[in-house]
Amino acid sequence: MIDILLYILMGMSFLCFIRVLLGPTMADRMVAIDIFGILVVGICALLILKTGRLFLIDVAIAWIMLSFIGTIALGKYLTRNKLDE
Amino acid sequence: MNNISVILIIVGIAFDLFGCIGLLRLPDLYNRLQSATKCVTLGTCSILLALFLHYGFTSVGVKALIAIPLLFFASTVGAHILIRGAYKYGLKLTDKTVVDEYKEVDQ
Repeated sequence: MIDILLYILMGMSFLCFIRVLLGPTMADRMVAIDIFGILVVGICALLILKTGRLFLIDVAIAWIMLSFIGTIALGKYLTRNKLDE
Repeated sequence: MNNISVILIIVGIAFDLFGCIGLLRLPDLYNRLQSATKCVTLGTCSILLALFLHYGFTSVGVKALIAIPLLFFASTVGAHILIRGAYKYGLKLTDKTVVDEYKEVDQ
């Protein structure tokens, strides 16, 4: 049963990549990557339950922090560069 | 596995699914971020809580319990910074917007 749920979660990360391809602006793509980073944490949690490899929870915590830093970097970058309108 | 763990995982995956559908179908960056961040964060925290209930107070379970507030604060603060940056950058709101209160505060 874990296999089916894992396939569903991977399908949802594929939906995030569709938004990365379609996104009109850079911020749309960054939002999709951010959501993908949160989904990967869920995939790691389900992989722990499936395979029993316990180090994957460290991968999940590190992924949360890296996704947070990337989002903050893009937010500050967007704040400094205004469009002239 | 526990019954409660299975129920929590299924509820979490349902929340994730709704968040991703919202990410694809809503018309605007702000609407998309508002839908996707809240739903996907709550769903993933539910999955981590199921992991804690399955493993109990072992190393993995306590790490999953630590990851839950970390994910809550990191995801919501990151979304707020990103949406503020996008507004300052000058991204247009959708045509169906009723009220824009941040513009009045900003001036």
